[in-house]
Amino acid sequence: MLSSLLPSNVSSYGGDIDSLFDYILVLVIFWFVITEGLILYICIRYRRRSGTRSEYLRGDRPRQLAWIIVPALIVVVLDLSIDSASHAVWYSIKLAPPAPEVQVAVTGKQFNWEFTYPGRDGRLGTADDVTVENELHVPVNKVVRLTLSSEDVIHSFWVPNLRLKQDVVPGRRIPVWFKATKTGTWEIACSELCGFGHYSMHGTLFVHNPEDYARWEREHISSAGGQK
Amino acid sequence: MKTDKHGAEEHLGFIRSYVFSLDHKVIGKQYMALSAVMALLGGAASYLIRWQLAWPETPVPLMQWVPEPYMYEGVLPPNTYNAMFTMHGTIMVFFVAMPFLLGAFGNFLIPLMIGADDMVFPKLNAISFWTLFVASSILVASIFTAEGPAAAGWTAYAPLSANPIYTGVNLGQNLWIVAIALEFASFLIGGINFLTTTINLRARGMTLMRMPLLVWMQIVASVVFLLSVGPLVGGAVMLLLDRTMGTGFFRPDRGGDPLLWEHLFWYFGHPEVYVVALPGFGIMLEVLPVFARKPVFGYRLIVWTTLAAGFLSFVVWAHHMFLSGLDPRLVTPFSITTIIISVPFAVLVFAMIATIWGGQIRLTTPMLFALGGLATFIIGGLTGIFLGASAVDIYMHGTYFVVAHFHYTLFPVVFFAGFAGVYYWFPKMFGRMMSEPLGKLHFWATFICFNCVFLPLFVVGLGGAPRRLYEFSNYEMFSRLQPFHVIATVATIVLLLSQSLFIVNFAYSRFFGRVAGQNPWQANTLEWTVDSPPHHPNFPKPPRIFRDPYEYGMPGQPVDFLPQNEPPVPTDRLEASV
Repeated sequence: MLSSLLPSNVSSYGGDIDSLFDYILVLVIFWFVITEGLILYICIRYRRRSGTRSEYLRGDRPRQLAWIIVPALIVVVLDLSIDSASHAVWYSIKLAPPAPEVQVAVTGKQFNWEFTYPGRDGRLGTADDVTVENELHVPVNKVVRLTLSSEDVIHSFWVPNLRLKQDVVPGRRIPVWFKATKTGTWEIACSELCGFGHYSMHGTLFVHNPEDYARWEREHISSAGGQK
Repeated sequence: MKTDKHGAEEHLGFIRSYVFSLDHKVIGKQYMALSAVMALLGGAASYLIRWQLAWPETPVPLMQWVPEPYMYEGVLPPNTYNAMFTMHGTIMVFFVAMPFLLGAFGNFLIPLMIGADDMVFPKLNAISFWTLFVASSILVASIFTAEGPAAAGWTAYAPLSANPIYTGVNLGQNLWIVAIALEFASFLIGGINFLTTTINLRARGMTLMRMPLLVWMQIVASVVFLLSVGPLVGGAVMLLLDRTMGTGFFRPDRGGDPLLWEHLFWYFGHPEVYVVALPGFGIMLEVLPVFARKPVFGYRLIVWTTLAAGFLSFVVWAHHMFLSGLDPRLVTPFSITTIIISVPFAVLVFAMIATIWGGQIRLTTPMLFALGGLATFIIGGLTGIFLGASAVDIYMHGTYFVVAHFHYTLFPVVFFAGFAGVYYWFPKMFGRMMSEPLGKLHFWATFICFNCVFLPLFVVGLGGAPRRLYEFSNYEMFSRLQPFHVIATVATIVLLLSQSLFIVNFAYSRFFGRVAGQNPWQANTLEWTVDSPPHHPNFPKPPRIFRDPYEYGMPGQPVDFLPQNEPPVPTDRLEASV
């Protein structure tokens, strides 16, 4: 399917988004072929010929109007099916988040991402928090909860491989979550215009296996605790 | 009769007849001229943007003359790039689409189509144009300020737009706010005029359900505009106060909320799409029946659907804000309204297809543009479904997919329908025909190039690339998409160059085109029953209307069209002739 044009999915819920994408794509291609095909057919079939008249169809009687009302009703039904499928996915991602196993605070500012990890005490907002610029390190297959905030303008935290995007708004703390299902490094972008350096607001997501994560945590978080 | 052809103009003198004219036809042409000039500027901005995206940080040909720090020997720095896409969006939506579709076609056609001699308020009409002229001048002047023009995007999201330190642009952004506020005032005045004229000045027999659909679309667009723009005029004032007077409506550092601006902007901004789209559909609905020689299919259904679409357009705005930090529980209701608004547009598209079904189709230039507009708008409508579905929007929001999508909705209604309208009504405006071969060449060049610009951008969007990035080289995953940018840019350049076919055709036909006569297309609506160009006042004696506007191919008639003001033949005589 065309969702294979999307970058590979590495999050627990990305697959749901991709299958919804494919479902809509099938419907959209169906209507595309029907409508464009009809236009093309009509333009060829009903080219003006001398000596003939067009059919006098006003479309003001129910029998004729059915030609457009019936397809329109089909559109309504398909629309509702998309809405309900979309709500199910939206609900599971946005309204029923699982309990977090790892927490990181993310701060957007012109033109960097700051990732703040809880120190030894495992809690954010205490003195032993450690802040790293532009590098987000998480363990694989764990629910990670990010709390997004901004120091200046609106940014948007965008990790295509995770199917995760959320505006980062000054004055608000917005929680998002993901569970990465594959180890590796993935790119983080800013997806809301934030000034002349918008294009350079690049971050990297490192998804580690448990051993690598423990080592990274030991080297960068536990040892640095309290010093920042 | 011959004396009053130019009589009115002659005794008023040049300034009163062609500059500060009160004649709705002259004002319509003034709107068209202004939108053409602004379209050239908007097109030039798109050239700079596209060049930078295809070949980042290389000198843009023909632009070496721009001084530093705006460009460096033709190389576009990030600030100027941001300024250019801000200008492109602002100009194309507010200073091209609206003056062209509403200003030019609305002013020129509404009185002629309903059988009125002018607008109800001719002076107000002139005021609305000159307000727009001042607004345009302010926007253009902002380009020449020391820090350059606004660079916060055409959506001007706060606090990027609310505090000069974030973009480094002070005066330019202030002028931008003043310019769009004046633009809103101009179209408020114009919209009131459209409404009162249509309600009060219809000729005898011109019932609401006998009005040409273009008039319906213009007044529904005007009502939608009147009801949606108020909050944003207030928003613009608040934004200006935030920037200059120390208030903090949209600034969190002063206790304000950036989301307030997003609500005010999109509460207007989404209906605005329909304000632009409906007159475009109106033009297509005038052109299709004439060249298919068939009545519009389902006139009443189209009117009711249009009203439904106008109403629905007020309850979809938050689909621009699914990921803005809006309460996630609000998303599904807006997702439902957004996807349901596809129904009225599906009805419109089906009705247009049914209108040409079984016709006697003449593929003239206006007809090609109308069909091309329909064919491309379908892609714009269908791709909107992905964005309206909240869960898929998590991925698609803010990417090039959105850019491609809205260009596939707006370009068809502004340029395909707009060009269809110019080729179709040019004979009425100037009394001469435009060249058909040149027109068809213009159509095919525009149609092919337009698709070559924006189809690749869907792919760029599927790859996840955000819009408004100065360049992709920071991102490994987006750099791979660079070839699609090159295709889009080459196509943009050809698209822009091929518009010279239109300019040449327009200029040549204006003076040397074949003389048109009253009704070159054998059309039924009232504007074709008066001379080309029409005198002032429009109608030598008040017309009387006997029937619907699209009576083409009626059985049992000697010709296949019946103008709205043609008195009916008594039934006994008609039977005798058959």
